[in-house]
Amino acid sequence: MGAHFTRHVKRNLVAYIALLPMAAVVIFAYLGTLAWSVRLSFSSSRLLPKNDFVGLSQYVDLFDTPRWLTSLGNLVIIAFFFLLICFILGCLLAIFIDQNVRAESLFRTVFLYPYAMSFVVAGLIWQWILNPDLGIQQTMRGLGFSGFVLDWVVNPKMVLYAIILATVWHGSGLVMALLLAGLRGIDSEIWKATRIDGIPTWRVYLSIILPMLRPMIITSLVLLSISIIKMYDVVVAMTNGGPGTASEVPAKFIMDNLFERANIGLATAASTVMLITVMFIMAPVLYFQYFRKSGSSS
Amino acid sequence: MTRVTPPTIVVKRPLSYQEVWGRVGIYAFLGMLALFFFLPAYVMLVTSFKGMDEIRLGHIFTLPQQFSVDAWVKAWTSACTGLDCTGLRVGFWNSVKIVVPSMTLSILLGAINGYALSFWKVKGANVLFACLLLGSFIPYQVFIYPLVRVYAQAGIYGSLPAIVLTHIIFGMPVMTLLFRNYYSGLPVELFKAARVDGAGFWKIFFAIILPMSAPITIVAVIMQVTAIWNDFLLGLVFAGRDNLPMTVQLNNIVNTTTGERAYNVNMAATMLTSLVPLTVYLVSGRWFVRGIASGAVKG
Repeated sequence: MGAHFTRHVKRNLVAYIALLPMAAVVIFAYLGTLAWSVRLSFSSSRLLPKNDFVGLSQYVDLFDTPRWLTSLGNLVIIAFFFLLICFILGCLLAIFIDQNVRAESLFRTVFLYPYAMSFVVAGLIWQWILNPDLGIQQTMRGLGFSGFVLDWVVNPKMVLYAIILATVWHGSGLVMALLLAGLRGIDSEIWKATRIDGIPTWRVYLSIILPMLRPMIITSLVLLSISIIKMYDVVVAMTNGGPGTASEVPAKFIMDNLFERANIGLATAASTVMLITVMFIMAPVLYFQYFRKSGSSS
Repeated sequence: MTRVTPPTIVVKRPLSYQEVWGRVGIYAFLGMLALFFFLPAYVMLVTSFKGMDEIRLGHIFTLPQQFSVDAWVKAWTSACTGLDCTGLRVGFWNSVKIVVPSMTLSILLGAINGYALSFWKVKGANVLFACLLLGSFIPYQVFIYPLVRVYAQAGIYGSLPAIVLTHIIFGMPVMTLLFRNYYSGLPVELFKAARVDGAGFWKIFFAIILPMSAPITIVAVIMQVTAIWNDFLLGLVFAGRDNLPMTVQLNNIVNTTTGERAYNVNMAATMLTSLVPLTVYLVSGRWFVRGIASGAVKG
């Protein structure tokens, strides 16, 4: 093996050298920082990193912190409604656009443009529209509906729905675009066959077409889930976590504790919890979507 | 684009009563949602051309009575972040300075990685690649603090090289995947023939592979320009005070002002910040969708 391996390396030496930057990025920037982050979560680090070992006490503290629990609860609510609405809306848009409509490209452009804009912009726009003093509420009152109330961004009970609205506006075009691409790839024979059998169109979509689009559906849901777990900018721009802590999210909790509250141990414990959550969601998806299909792809 | 009705079999006949209402329903649904999606852009646009007196009346949907571009000029040249009243142009140029090197280097590295992964036999390369892909799913928050420490040790924290390097690191999974998938669809005979002729790694890359990479490079440029331009978190943490990208400066202008908020200036600033990705989106059309679809780690 020794001589053989040496010959193999020699023949492909430049390729090995060319992949060094990637190796360095994986080993240092991804694995190394990840290990360090997890390590810090077991220390008592505050403003500066410490090398002591305090067991799980940061995690115990973390789940005693009301702000963190609020953040987690908020994320669950936002993610649930965000994914559900984006999925339903994206499906409906794709299916309706697929009915040979005129001005199709205009519709596609309008539904997807928010996805091209940054989350900061999305947050700021909706903060402005939902602003009770000058936005829709004021406009409706000006039109004579004096009891009209739309105060989501300043109402602790409704603020999460304001964020859901902004993120749905931003993200549902993605589902539409991916599903529409999938719908265009459906064999027209299937449509002919179902027409001959006299199956109603909605039934065909629900029981035949959508199951066939499963790869696109999973892709879009994975992309959206990742974006919602990472969600930070839209909250900072729209509410900055307020009113009070009503719209705090985990990503923001971590950033605040890292850079403003100087509580590195707690922040890294929180980021480790996020890491584990993502891995739990991703492991089955990755296994079925990527590793199993490609097998030993070398 | 109007799609031509499918040929042959279709027999022209007047639509039935039910079908007519079906069409009406389809257009009504799409039209209403199109309004909902378009509404924010419309409100931003009309507000940015109004004066503050008009905005205070609270009619966000009406067209400007007195059309004025003052807010745009102010947003660009003299909007304030804190005490600093130099306008959004500073952020714009910072973003350009960040996007150009980050995009170029991450695309080049992605192409090299993809090429080495698809055509060359490097032991352990696929394991590295799998780790890289996994890394792309993990929230930035896990990596940020150690990176800050490393950069601080190296003396580059809060500088242009730091933010460029960070974008290269976090752009690498998608860029590598993009080029790897594209290259594995190229005929391998081409590569083998060049090998037989004695061409080496770089010779084959620059003479054969790179000239065939135009379509995927366009997709990569679209993805990286929008992603890096729209980034907020990394710019906020790594770029440093002197290089804050446009998105961060926009948020500072809008959310840190004291006194009465100049909504028209804010709206103009928001529009200005989205101008680059919006232009990319409108010009690139279907390429943009292709980027989303192929950039996704998918089955």
